[in-house]
Amino acid sequence: MRNVDIIIIGGGPAGLAAAVSAYESGCRDILILEREEKLGGILKQCIHNGFGLKMFHEELTGPEYAKKYIDKVIAYGIPYECDTMVIGISDDKTVTAVNRVNGVQVFKAKAVVLAMGCRERPRGALAIPGYRCSGIYTAGTAQRLVNLEGIMPGKKVLILGSGDIGLIMARRMTFMGAQVLACVELMPYSSGLKRNIVQCLDDFGIPLLLNHTVVDIKGRERLEGAVVAEVDPETKKPIPGTEQCFDCDTLLLSVGLIPENELTKMAGVKLSESTKGAEVDESLETSADGIFSCGNVLHVHDLVDFVSKEAEKAGANAYRYVKGDMKKTGGGVEVKNGYGVSGTVPQFIHPESMDEPVNFMFRPKGVYKNAEICVEAGGQRIYSRKSRILSPGEMVNVQLSPEVFKQVPCIEDVTVKVEA
Amino acid sequence: MEKEITCIGCPMGCSITADIGKDGKINSLSGYSCGVGKKYAYGELTLPKRMVTSLVYVRGTNKPLPVKTSAPITKSKIPECLGAIRSVSVTAPVRVGDIIIKNVLGEDADIVATGEII
Repeated sequence: MRNVDIIIIGGGPAGLAAAVSAYESGCRDILILEREEKLGGILKQCIHNGFGLKMFHEELTGPEYAKKYIDKVIAYGIPYECDTMVIGISDDKTVTAVNRVNGVQVFKAKAVVLAMGCRERPRGALAIPGYRCSGIYTAGTAQRLVNLEGIMPGKKVLILGSGDIGLIMARRMTFMGAQVLACVELMPYSSGLKRNIVQCLDDFGIPLLLNHTVVDIKGRERLEGAVVAEVDPETKKPIPGTEQCFDCDTLLLSVGLIPENELTKMAGVKLSESTKGAEVDESLETSADGIFSCGNVLHVHDLVDFVSKEAEKAGANAYRYVKGDMKKTGGGVEVKNGYGVSGTVPQFIHPESMDEPVNFMFRPKGVYKNAEICVEAGGQRIYSRKSRILSPGEMVNVQLSPEVFKQVPCIEDVTVKVEA
Repeated sequence: MEKEITCIGCPMGCSITADIGKDGKINSLSGYSCGVGKKYAYGELTLPKRMVTSLVYVRGTNKPLPVKTSAPITKSKIPECLGAIRSVSVTAPVRVGDIIIKNVLGEDADIVATGEII
């Protein structure tokens, strides 16, 4: 058994930023464990640009963004082990990992940062009828095949779901010579960024079919076509008579991301129903002492820049915990999701002992125009801001300083809500 | 002639309608709700530009090299730009920032590597 101050599980954008921040806070005993061959996580395959506008004020591609952090990890000499899979973690922060070089390794950490990211919802989660023929991929798998492995999954493509990865893949497949027939979306709006709808679909005349879904899969060995039907916007049930068949050899699914929390559960950490990630307080510490969570394993973000920001906080706080520098008083006040709000992170705060600004992040439940974002503490409104538009596709950030909470005596709960 | 575009400035995604004269001049714009939309529409209707990212063949391996244009290029030249990227190949080593094609299609932009091959 080896002792380590901070173990970071995952070497993607969250793990890298957490490691860099822990080091810059003064920690000199960090270990990053990464299951893939190289550091960088999903950024390795995101070769399109648009990353880094918030963090670096320039537009970078995924690999370039990752390099900013990897270069620092190397310059600081932060140890990392790739091709290493964490297979066990307990609430006393004993971490078990395996790789081909060292075999089974057991580490005893003073603090752990969970940064495992998320995975895509697969076909199985959708209940589309039809054979399990080849040619059906999640958008991210296709992205990996094309951008990292140099393999084209097909030539005539239909995309189900209009999340950003699906939109980005519509453009990538077009660029690589495939024909993209349409992008099919169940909801009356796309969950992707406007910029991606314009630059990945409109630019190439790819139709976006809102209120539509795939109702049948044709083909036995290889995909031969997909039947698309319009759905009732209320019930989401297909409307008979609206079916049309698209002849395609490839179906890409971009139907949502799920935080990858198997290890979190193993550590006995309490998970949130609405984010599917750990419940954390303002320091990003979970219900297990000294175990922190950040990035897409905590809740699915829209922008990597926000992942990095969050992970920096987790890394710095993990080191504060190691030093015994965390001062939390009281049991923690619950942060509730009010009207129009889902998945607020953090789920708990300690208003009395808070010494740095807290960042509330949430997703609006629907599309609201000219709405107000409010935070209430102990029945009093402590913050409000007007917004011209709120939509589930764009996460909302509300940063509040500790002083704001100190104006209200004995806070019992905090509510984040939308007034439309 | 009327032309419709969607603003990408924010999630509002305003639908902006432009009345374009025979000489290609923008006579009027409507549908935008802020300055960002107006500015975007003028740019998009006069000379739309895009960053292009793609992949270059690396000799001796199946793994491709990711590349980008060092600056946005004229939108109508995207297919030609992709053709130029497809027609070249590189040999290891390649470092991030290496120029793969200088002044692609006479544009004020190079094709540069965004990944590395060692």
